[in-house]
Amino acid sequence: MIHYVFDGSFTGLLCCVFEAFEMKEKNIRIFWDKTYQPTAFDQNRVIYSDQEKAQRVWNGFIKRTDSIAKKRFYFAYLSENSQTFQHLFDMAVYVFQHKNNVAHNYGHPDVLAVAQMAKSVSREKHRMEAFIRFKKAADGLFYAIVNPDFNVLPLIQRHFKNRYADQPWLIYDKARKYGIYYDTETVEIVNLTFNPMTKNSDSNLPTLQINDEKEALYDQLWKDYFKSTNIVERKNTKLHLQHVPKRYWQYLNEKQ
Amino acid sequence: MMSWDRIREKLQILSDAAKYDVSCSSSGSNRKNTNKGLGDTGSGICHTYTEDGRCVSLLKILLTNVCIYDCAYCVSRRSNDLKRAAFTVDEVVELTLNFYRRNYIEGLFLSSGIFKNADYTMERMVKIAKKLRTEHRFNGYIHLKSIPGASQELLHEAGLYADRMSINLEMPTDEGLKLLAPEKSHQEVAEGLGTINNKLTEYRNTKKIIKSTPKFVPAGQSTQMVIGATPETDKDILYTADAYYKGFNLKRVYYSGYIPISEDTRMPALGSQPPLLRENRLYQTDWLMRFYGFEVHEIVNDKHPNLDTQVDPKLSWALRNPDFFPIDINSADYKMILRIPGIGVKSAKKIVQARKFGKIYTYQLQKLGIAYNRAKYFMICADTPHSMKEPEPEIIRRNILTQSSSKFLKQDPQQLTLFV
Repeated sequence: MIHYVFDGSFTGLLCCVFEAFEMKEKNIRIFWDKTYQPTAFDQNRVIYSDQEKAQRVWNGFIKRTDSIAKKRFYFAYLSENSQTFQHLFDMAVYVFQHKNNVAHNYGHPDVLAVAQMAKSVSREKHRMEAFIRFKKAADGLFYAIVNPDFNVLPLIQRHFKNRYADQPWLIYDKARKYGIYYDTETVEIVNLTFNPMTKNSDSNLPTLQINDEKEALYDQLWKDYFKSTNIVERKNTKLHLQHVPKRYWQYLNEKQ
Repeated sequence: MMSWDRIREKLQILSDAAKYDVSCSSSGSNRKNTNKGLGDTGSGICHTYTEDGRCVSLLKILLTNVCIYDCAYCVSRRSNDLKRAAFTVDEVVELTLNFYRRNYIEGLFLSSGIFKNADYTMERMVKIAKKLRTEHRFNGYIHLKSIPGASQELLHEAGLYADRMSINLEMPTDEGLKLLAPEKSHQEVAEGLGTINNKLTEYRNTKKIIKSTPKFVPAGQSTQMVIGATPETDKDILYTADAYYKGFNLKRVYYSGYIPISEDTRMPALGSQPPLLRENRLYQTDWLMRFYGFEVHEIVNDKHPNLDTQVDPKLSWALRNPDFFPIDINSADYKMILRIPGIGVKSAKKIVQARKFGKIYTYQLQKLGIAYNRAKYFMICADTPHSMKEPEPEIIRRNILTQSSSKFLKQDPQQLTLFV
């Protein structure tokens, strides 16, 4: 068995596929360098990310498949899950071994696994779109700090930009330590450090400490609304928890 | 701005009074944020769920709970002794915008008690929608109730700002409605729905010729029936639903299990359980009619006027029609696969796509996400052994029920039989 070790990027993943076909190698396991542990029996090779090679693989994948398959492949990649990386790699190899579009053969284990993971990521994307709660800062910025299961910020950016076109906002992923910031013109990726001893490196970003004077009022009104719109006679805790699993309560001001 | 306490009290009163309207859909519109304003509509988002498990997508409030009518099933009826309140136009606008900007909601659901008269009430509701759309460039979702008896001009204007409009049938039959609300009739509801539906057709036809034709109720109309307040059968309810779906191109019919709100000998007593199981079965049937190609008479008819409470309506239909089965998933039409209990729309589509690449075996099907333990009695895969004799429907029913973990079966059997 040969181990390909890549940098965890989408480009790197596609380069693994390129390498496999160029070297005509089979029985490949791919690994994210961040977590790779070499073994005594398998040979390993570091795969460097090369934009050009990746683009060739991606173009070929798109040519052989369709827009749904393309979207799913990218969504599943954002799971950052090592098993899914392997499924993606194996699915890509499977796609390139066929002239016709096999990306919807759900009888194939890798195709099915990728489709299922894409669904999980898509669900997390949707939950972020639903459960993010902005607070309004004194300077007018609407901000939210999130902690999603998967790396979904690249997927939700367009939704929030379209929806909140006339207000500046910031969504910050505290686990992955980056955020997306919209200044009412464009969305930018930002890295923040919340260290109080150092001055914020990006001076364009407003401070987050002080809230708008009416923030507490609307927070309270929303909590009131949540309570009074409930029908006590219909109480159904099981259904409630199914829709809003406890791990998402951290986002919901009405559940605090 | 008025005091915190007063606005809090108003919101509590007027959201509490609006909560029995179960519609909370925010999908089906196509209003896009093209003017760099606030908001964008799409496939709809539930931003939270109440403890009763219902989706919260819209700020659902009454403009006022003052009402000149005295409908027995309604908490805001004039003879009910409760606190009354009314929002101003600006208060509703500010609440909507501020909730929306914080990503609490998809938009506004505005209904109202009828004060003075229908037109006076409708006019104020239209004013709110208009202000949101024009002054605040708000492109979020707006659901407006049509007030029965409001003028055609006002309803027309409302349709230019709303994404969805609705009028509730309230009771499944006109007789039922007359019994509890003598001042109301299905005729009046039909007129209101008809006015908007005719305009919708008109706008749609104009749009084909003139692209810049403004939007008019892009998410269509809906209605609601209260279930279990009056003695109608499921057949009565579903035939009414079917007739209104077809006659007025409704997008949705909602079924709202009656929750006793007053001591009234015409209706279930205070403290009786709301008919949640029955409501659930009605929704399941509604889905079968809209997405699974079932005709209403296949599911309920004179021989079977009420839905089976033990099993869902699709399984119930299958058990009553053993001649349709087993269905070979490797060769049957998509429409036939959809009729297999335990296989939904998504799985049926996956099966049809996957079988192009080769025959489907049991182990593959089990991974596709179908309810295999239910479906297995009704279908054949590539490796299904040829059985000598199909099992009897009664045996299948018993097998499925013993494996099933439905929350309803664990409930008090008393409730199961109450509404049958």
